[in-house]
Amino acid sequence: MSVKRCKTGKKEEGLKVLTANRLIDGRPVWYSTDGNWSRDINNAAVVDNQQAWSCLEQVGRKAMANNEIVDAVLIGIIEHEGKLYASRLREHIRAYGPTGSCT
Amino acid sequence: MYRYDEFDKAFVAARVAEFSDQVKRRLAGELTEDEFRPLRLRNGVYLQLHAYMLRVAIPYGTLSSRQMRKLAHIARCYDRGYGHFTTRQNIQFNWPRLVDIPEILSELADVEMHAIQTSGNCIRNITSDHFAGVAADEITDPRPYAEILRQWSSLHPEFSYLPRKFKFAIIGAQTDRAAIQLHDIGLRLNRNAVGELGFSFYIGGGQGRTPMVAKLLHEFIPVENLLHYATAIVRIYNLYGRRDNKYKARIKILVHETGFGQLREDIDVEFAALKRSERYDLTLLQADIEAINAYFCTPDLENHPNGRDTLVSLRLKDQAFDCWVDKNVTRHKHPDYAIVTISLKAIGGIPGNATAAQMDIVADLAERYSYNELRVSYHQNLVLPYVALQDLYAVYNVLVASSLASANIGQISDIIACPGLDYCSLANARSISIAQQISTRFSRPGYQEKIGEIQLNISGCINACGHHHAGHIGILGVEKKGTELYQLTLGGSAGNRCSIGEITGHGFAADEIVDAVETIIHTYLSLRIDHGEPFIDAYRRIGMMPFRQALYGTADKTAAE
Repeated sequence: MSVKRCKTGKKEEGLKVLTANRLIDGRPVWYSTDGNWSRDINNAAVVDNQQAWSCLEQVGRKAMANNEIVDAVLIGIIEHEGKLYASRLREHIRAYGPTGSCT
Repeated sequence: MYRYDEFDKAFVAARVAEFSDQVKRRLAGELTEDEFRPLRLRNGVYLQLHAYMLRVAIPYGTLSSRQMRKLAHIARCYDRGYGHFTTRQNIQFNWPRLVDIPEILSELADVEMHAIQTSGNCIRNITSDHFAGVAADEITDPRPYAEILRQWSSLHPEFSYLPRKFKFAIIGAQTDRAAIQLHDIGLRLNRNAVGELGFSFYIGGGQGRTPMVAKLLHEFIPVENLLHYATAIVRIYNLYGRRDNKYKARIKILVHETGFGQLREDIDVEFAALKRSERYDLTLLQADIEAINAYFCTPDLENHPNGRDTLVSLRLKDQAFDCWVDKNVTRHKHPDYAIVTISLKAIGGIPGNATAAQMDIVADLAERYSYNELRVSYHQNLVLPYVALQDLYAVYNVLVASSLASANIGQISDIIACPGLDYCSLANARSISIAQQISTRFSRPGYQEKIGEIQLNISGCINACGHHHAGHIGILGVEKKGTELYQLTLGGSAGNRCSIGEITGHGFAADEIVDAVETIIHTYLSLRIDHGEPFIDAYRRIGMMPFRQALYGTADKTAAE
């Protein structure tokens, strides 16, 4: 059970957060600054160096082993005007929901 | 309609109990995700971007009012109030909680439905003609044979771990409305020179990253040998299909790599051995066929000889109704009846989505006007198969009040689209938003009618769930340098003249693709012989060059790439 790193195609650098899906309902969650898993990406703990990434990976592995979450992955993030946005559209849609109405 | 017998009931109940226990063990931490994933997939449960997704089988696209109401109930109570009808005549719920799925499956079992074999490397839901049993051009109803294949393939011990997923489609009419040549096995019922019923077998079709049109393997296999021949094909595939590379594991690749002639020889040897086998008798007995046929008898349709006159008069009075009849109503085999296609392609809406309220309304309409029966088409629309001509106006008015009366079947806004990057974990680009923009762009009065018959399909990744290869205009979303890019294909077709679309040239950004589609349409309108020449016929006549010239300023393929 390993924590994936989202491929950016660029040199590994920049701000990252740890995300996963909650086991019980599959909802996307982000590892937050208070040590819990939040449903809001804006509560995510943002890290910017190799050592901190490794710490988050360890958190993800432990949470998967504890069956709290599945598919933990470190993703690139952009901070803009106090809000967090995922670098990739896929992750942005995970964070903010489908882009259109439901029907 | 088919009704479960004791065996069906027992095996579905056993599977619900088994999966309920597996979910319980997963939530208790007794199963790891790696152990649980293949188990949930066998029961149609995926993990998508926002939640789990449950895919429920609608065998050969036929369901009752009672079943539709149950789907509405599930959408309302366990999901977010809607469901998505797919290109395999299934329905997907996008938001169920894992903890609720055993209960959902139990509710589905109450109405003889399940999610078994809607995922995984097994024989998937058998698809068929959504006009089966009622089409005016039908030789015989294919659904009894689809049901026989469903029974044969359900939990088949030999075929539960195939190299890759395996899809059947079956038709019994002259017109192919089920895209049989885009399936691993496509079956067409026909009669031989002495009037006996049998099957033409096509194999090796499919879409995805290596699209191929199925080839005719055998012109006529007698009905009694259906299961011998199907078993022979799947057995040979199971033996020789590649398992080292999932992108090369479908039977189409085996056909291509082995050679069609050699593979046919292998299948014929197996076929002969199976027919001789005393231990493994797969012969379909006439009595068994008749027993299944009895489930699919046409209801005792009352005659309504005045219905046609009533209809003519109402069409003259109500122009919108007249247009709807023109686009959404198809000739029935009974002269006093019609087949109604209910469009799930509202302008600016999501192709294939229906709210719980809409599902209930359609169920009510089927109960009142269509002998309790409904169909789902692979085009992601719903069908009322038995509507008396005299009742069409009443049905139409209910649909109008429920935002289900889009008169656009076979038009440019009748778009086939997968859920794309808005929901799917495999997708690279959005499909829904592009479909919404295209249907809106062409929505002004008269524009769609002017364009005429056309099929536009969109997939959000190379897996091609949106059938982009088979669209007269196909759009494939990819991710390039972190942004969505849309590749266009022209000339695909899923019908009797099945073909794979050709790529126009380089792709278009999300904010360019709708303009590119309109450029193609303008080019077509300027070059067609007259209004009677549909897009696909014009494309086949004039080829890619004028379209490429209009899109890229060059007719040269290399320069356009």
